[in-house]
Amino acid sequence: MTTLTDPPRQAFRLSQLIYDTRYRSMTIQVVAMIAFLTLIGWLVSNTAQNLATLGKEPSFGFLSEPAGYDINQRLIEYTNQDSHLRAAFVGLINTLLVAVMGCITATVLGVVIGVLRLSKNWIVAKLMTVYVETFRNVPVLLWIVLTMAVVTESTPHPREFKGVETGAIVVTNRGTYLPEPLFSRGLGDAHLFGNSSLRFDVSLDLLAVLVVLFGGLWASHVVKRRADKVQEATGKRPTTWYLRLGLVLVPLIALLVALGFHLGYPELKGFNFQGGTHLRNSLIALWLALSLYTAAFIAEIVRAGILAISHGQTEAAAALGLRPGRIMNLVVLPQALRVIIPPLISNWLNLTKNSSLAIAVGYMDITGTLMGITLNQTGRELETLLLGMLIYLTISLTISAVMNWYNNRVKLVER
Amino acid sequence: MKTVSYVRTEMLPQKEPPASTTGAVGWMRENLFSGWFNTALTIVSLGFIVLVLSAVLPWAISPTWSATSLGECREILAALGREGHYGGACWGVISDRWEQLLFGFYPNGAVEGTSDLRWRPVLALVLLAVALAPVLFADKVSSKVLWFSAVFPFIFPWLLWGGTIWAPLAALAGFVIGWLVYRAVSAAAGSLAALIAGVVAALVWWLVLSGLVTGVLDQILPIGLEPVRSRDFGGFMLSITIGVVAIACSLPLGIVLALGRQSDLLIVKALCVGFIEFIRGVPLITLLFVASTLLNIFMPPDTNFDIILRVIIMATLFAAAYMAEVIRGGLAALPKGQYEGADSLGLNYWQAQRLIIMPQALKISIPGIVSTFIGMFKDTTLVSVIGLLDPLGLSNSIRADAAWNGVVWELYGFIALMFFVVCFSMSRYSMYLERKLHTGHKR
Repeated sequence: MTTLTDPPRQAFRLSQLIYDTRYRSMTIQVVAMIAFLTLIGWLVSNTAQNLATLGKEPSFGFLSEPAGYDINQRLIEYTNQDSHLRAAFVGLINTLLVAVMGCITATVLGVVIGVLRLSKNWIVAKLMTVYVETFRNVPVLLWIVLTMAVVTESTPHPREFKGVETGAIVVTNRGTYLPEPLFSRGLGDAHLFGNSSLRFDVSLDLLAVLVVLFGGLWASHVVKRRADKVQEATGKRPTTWYLRLGLVLVPLIALLVALGFHLGYPELKGFNFQGGTHLRNSLIALWLALSLYTAAFIAEIVRAGILAISHGQTEAAAALGLRPGRIMNLVVLPQALRVIIPPLISNWLNLTKNSSLAIAVGYMDITGTLMGITLNQTGRELETLLLGMLIYLTISLTISAVMNWYNNRVKLVER
Repeated sequence: MKTVSYVRTEMLPQKEPPASTTGAVGWMRENLFSGWFNTALTIVSLGFIVLVLSAVLPWAISPTWSATSLGECREILAALGREGHYGGACWGVISDRWEQLLFGFYPNGAVEGTSDLRWRPVLALVLLAVALAPVLFADKVSSKVLWFSAVFPFIFPWLLWGGTIWAPLAALAGFVIGWLVYRAVSAAAGSLAALIAGVVAALVWWLVLSGLVTGVLDQILPIGLEPVRSRDFGGFMLSITIGVVAIACSLPLGIVLALGRQSDLLIVKALCVGFIEFIRGVPLITLLFVASTLLNIFMPPDTNFDIILRVIIMATLFAAAYMAEVIRGGLAALPKGQYEGADSLGLNYWQAQRLIIMPQALKISIPGIVSTFIGMFKDTTLVSVIGLLDPLGLSNSIRADAAWNGVVWELYGFIALMFFVVCFSMSRYSMYLERKLHTGHKR
């Protein structure tokens, strides 16, 4: 008969910390942590010592001091007597403005170019290849300053419009003037956040228009879903386009008439145009350059996404008797979107970060205000840069959180 | 019995396909005019091409290469009857300033008492090509050249910045000393202790001894190149310096970060994720602001280190974070069987990484790695925002000169062309590499 005995128990030896895989990972982590903390401690003590020598106490008090500089392109009211925080807020809104505008145009352009690059038409495909390669292989900063030069050098001076009948849109070398939506029986503005630095006004007219528009779109969507159901049950699709169009347009037009909607056109007064929405050249140059540059990248993503769909899908759809346009819309694009969306969003992220190059053309975004003039005026490098980086980090992390949420939603469910 | 009256015994020769489906006409019918929509697209595209070329070509073809100022350009063009703002390009600015666009203010012997040192960046670039050859074209260049590639990182800064030859030699000696100590100790006390001893010995050499030894040797045998200040660097030389160093350093750093992010060690992983997400979440320009204003505050008092070095550090960290994500994608794309296969062969972590995982993961991520390289090289233009004189920064200072005030398109066009050539060749090389490394079955 055999007796079971425990293996001889070894006392814990120090060398096990390194040679025993059970303990080694702990050792490595503790060493890494100590090294990291030492590095941080070293940096912080250096910083404290250096700041003490310079006589600067780290504080964010400067944010409430008056900024004293003007910001010419802005969406919310601001005077140079407002605080630095207010200036940074104006800058942040400008960053978001150019980022959103850029993302929209870049995506539209990118999708069109990506699809055209796959066209059977030789000359169109080659033209789009040249576009993509030219824009991808030249730095974005160069495109921005080049576009700025184009919009300022190739457009006429306002005085050349003297005595000329100007249309709704006026392009001058001081910027572009667009018709401005006005409401004669408007609802006024809602003032948010009272008197603080983050106060801003929301136009109730715009809000009402948006609510009615999205309500109409939603109602039209419901009609479409019902039509789909009828088609699946009976095989016949009821004609609904006039109902759907009416659901969107009629309430919207009714609301616009009720609010007394009209357009305000820019007019030449003295040496400059008055009225209308004024987009400065810096904004236009930045917006155009970022859109064109990012569109080249998006075009490649769209092309890769479409090519990633196996040929069998297209052939099967063709065997079902679908026409090429419908094959693209119903079979290829819905599948390609799953491949396209994640890198597309990361390109939107890149566009948002590249918008910080606004400083090269004098567009006052968050880099130009907080990390530019405010930094130079107050000499608070540490605080302004930390705050600016934190803001960019928040924007980026928010966008990536949305991306992860979307990815999880459309992910193919596998075994 | 009836006989078949006629049966053909040989085949007729094949007929030519219809003339409208072959040759240039057939190709055009197939590719350009195969429907009303296609025809419309073709006509619009042709119209666009004609429009662009008719605007650009007459402007670009202009005999102004020898002009020495914008006014002179205008005179030459006026003599040809081409008046107006867009009468013609003023190429004189390129022939007058191309040296500056390439070398910045690197000493060119123009100032009394200085000599033309521009052979040094040129030589550095040629040697860079030699050092890269065995890495880029491994099957065509002898692997013995790799020895030169290993030494090149020490020659490169010495050629550009100059100074005593003992400094790069001392830096190189650190590696030799560390390796010798490793060899000596590993025979006696295991490889881990030897590794630690080697690293400590090298650090002691670099931080404590090398400065003294360099000073003494420089006294005894003063061999060296004339030093060049960092603020004389500029033009494409500056872009290439920053780009090459950041690219070369970011790849190993990126691999380490990617491995850290994939690791099971919680703290290591958290540190790597935090670093990568932070760097990727902020624009490069803010990191460059940190380099130009903050980095000196983070360092011990009275350290004063070079602005180009500070920019290179930030650019490296920036590229490394992106590189780490690219390589992580490659690691994630490998089937789990590869990791398990390596384990079942009894390889330890580093052996498995070196022999099985990394070669495949890096191969998968080549397109991403090269596009990160291209992005980094393009991003070197951002240094003009913090006042370094890269080509874009120089273009501003050239325009500030009274002779060339108002020249825009020629300068931007030249700079864009140079960047295009470099970046486009990089992307073509990556395609070549992908084809070469594609060992799977081709379909």
